[in-house]
Amino acid sequence: MSIQERAVMSKEEIRSKLLQPDVISGSEILLRSLLLEGTECIFGYPGGAVLNIYDAMYSFANIRHILTRHEQGAIHAADGYARSTGKVGVCLATSGPGATNVVTGIATAYMDSVPLVVITGNVATSFIGTDAFQEADITGITMPITKHNYLVRNVEDLPRVIKEAFMIASTGRKGPVLIDIPKDVSAHKIAFHYPDSVHVRGYQPTVKPNNLQVQKMIQAIKEAERPVILSGGGVVYADAQNELMEFVEKTQIPITTTLLGLSGFPSSHPLWMGMPGMHGTYSANMALQNCDLLIGIGARFDDRVTMKLSGFAPKAKIVHIDVDPAEIGKNVKTAIPCVGDVKMVLKQANETAQPAKSKAWIEEIARNKQEFPLRFKDSDDELKPQYVIDMISETTKGDAIVTTDVGQHQMWVAQFYKFTKPRSMITSGGLGTMGFGFPSAIGVQVAHPDRLVISVNGDGGMQMCSQELAICAIHNIPVKIVVINNQVLGMVRQWQEIIYDNRYSFIDLAGSPDFVKLAEAYGVKGLRATNKEEAQKVWKEALEFNGPVLIDFQVRKDENVFPMVTAGSAIHEMILGDDE
Amino acid sequence: MTNPKQTISVLVNNQPGVLQRVAGLFGRRGYNIESITVGESEEHGLSRMVIETTGDHNTLEQIQKQLYKLIDVIKVIDLGSQAMVGRELALIKVNAEPTTRPEIIGIVETFRAAIVDISPTTLIVQVVGDSDKIDAMVELFRPYGIRELTRTGVTAMVRGMSVGK
Repeated sequence: MSIQERAVMSKEEIRSKLLQPDVISGSEILLRSLLLEGTECIFGYPGGAVLNIYDAMYSFANIRHILTRHEQGAIHAADGYARSTGKVGVCLATSGPGATNVVTGIATAYMDSVPLVVITGNVATSFIGTDAFQEADITGITMPITKHNYLVRNVEDLPRVIKEAFMIASTGRKGPVLIDIPKDVSAHKIAFHYPDSVHVRGYQPTVKPNNLQVQKMIQAIKEAERPVILSGGGVVYADAQNELMEFVEKTQIPITTTLLGLSGFPSSHPLWMGMPGMHGTYSANMALQNCDLLIGIGARFDDRVTMKLSGFAPKAKIVHIDVDPAEIGKNVKTAIPCVGDVKMVLKQANETAQPAKSKAWIEEIARNKQEFPLRFKDSDDELKPQYVIDMISETTKGDAIVTTDVGQHQMWVAQFYKFTKPRSMITSGGLGTMGFGFPSAIGVQVAHPDRLVISVNGDGGMQMCSQELAICAIHNIPVKIVVINNQVLGMVRQWQEIIYDNRYSFIDLAGSPDFVKLAEAYGVKGLRATNKEEAQKVWKEALEFNGPVLIDFQVRKDENVFPMVTAGSAIHEMILGDDE
Repeated sequence: MTNPKQTISVLVNNQPGVLQRVAGLFGRRGYNIESITVGESEEHGLSRMVIETTGDHNTLEQIQKQLYKLIDVIKVIDLGSQAMVGRELALIKVNAEPTTRPEIIGIVETFRAAIVDISPTTLIVQVVGDSDKIDAMVELFRPYGIRELTRTGVTAMVRGMSVGK
């Protein structure tokens, strides 16, 4: 079927054409199945073991494929696509090194519960286990970092496996699923049959909540005087932002959102306290420390949130709403567990929810917010990184989709970007993967061609996947690539300053490339700012430019992220840092 | 205080790699495996694993929940919380000179074990029972000299009419 033919066909016509029981190769089965599952774009990189698949793509006009410059770029792009849409992201890599290059990206997606289907080629079944050229046991390697994985030895199994993979990746607690396809399987031909549905006996996620537990929670809320909601990525992934808003309004409970929970609740709301944890706000951390009722919603009580577990929320009765039963009681002792889809739990709770006795508590929190806001010592001589993020937030009215890399700039985005819409904070929270920020933005922009996509990176992380600048240029993917350039591995520097007594060990990034020239070398517009005035000017220029642009913000080197709770301290033991 | 021994029964899809999935989960989450036995179950396509582990109540609960996250795991049962039959088989190759042989045969008969192989200077004794019984027997044989010892690990099921499904 040619592109021209497809243009005049309706969706149903395309579907019925795809479903025809033609005798086709495993490769074509894969491509048809991906289309039937609604895949819009594959991020991939060819190689020997996937040649059959790429050959099938050559005459298969319906699939959009983006050739990245590294498999790691491909999987992070698929991840950004998935996080920003809620749909399953698809990545394709060859065997051996192609497959091992996606391992970091799979682990990143697994830690943050991102739905991906990762296709890898493998050597032919007769060669498996012989240490053949470009052979790697990728199903063995990825067992601990996938929700499930498959090695498909018979082409007859392929349609079912693909259907199962999409179902498993996108339901319950979402996550990456890998399908390894040996080269003979992608060549072998059979009559195509795609199942309407699949039943996996060992996989029945609990989505419907137990009403008794929900009612216990409602009762606990009525009695609470100092309640807090800790809302996480689960709210965003369940598209439960409206239900959460209703719940907060009805119960009058102050709310803090984790790094992955940011954008799941509007930052302009008076009951919002910002992010908690290691670099959380004073008001959020003190609220967690002093609350009598803590409701965790789609959050997994990560150590960067709780800090010293034995000192965490010592006076609180804990309610935990989560789709994954294994999260209940894993880190904190839970009084009221609510296992189920976050959206369904909140919907059910909202039917009978009543306000807590939280009036005095809300006033106390409001005083804390006023007295200890997030702040930084601004300067007229130097460009401060916080100033840049603040400026980006102001000029975009919190409306952009922002991806970040990992480190200080990530925390400043979390602190100073005022998110207004769900799925607009795209960041590697669990694994903390440097090199994620920029390629993930490519996937976000592919999924949202009409939205403003900003990728904020440090000068360290930018160099971990900068090769994907080529993709932005070639496809005119208009990501605004921000480099917060302090010539140093800032977060490591901060720890070495505060915890290791100024013993700065291998953190100097001086001698990195000129980022403007680097961008230009790839055909991407490059801009630079070294002071506030230039920053305003070039940022305006970047926003008005119709295409990809990299902005090198050269900022002060010695800036630290505050507040800070050091490892081993309880969450209220904050270093507050610089004053105005 | 040492952690109590726990016995769990895990019904799994009989798929390549399923043992690796289960054993890998124990390894990466820091759970101990004292013994593991795997074999076919009553249902075609499913295998049953019986795993002996150590840990307190919370650890056991986490193990069960984490096991359920594996797609190939169908059912997990905490056998230790119920009345169960647990059995292990051991083969013991023990030194048996003509002078000591009658004593050894006496021990074998007392434990209702069996001699399954005889050589001029050794016997292979097969014993079935709970782990304590096998431990006891091994201790009794030690003075004669144990040449080789192999144990299967515990396999187990719940007593009575209920089934592990």
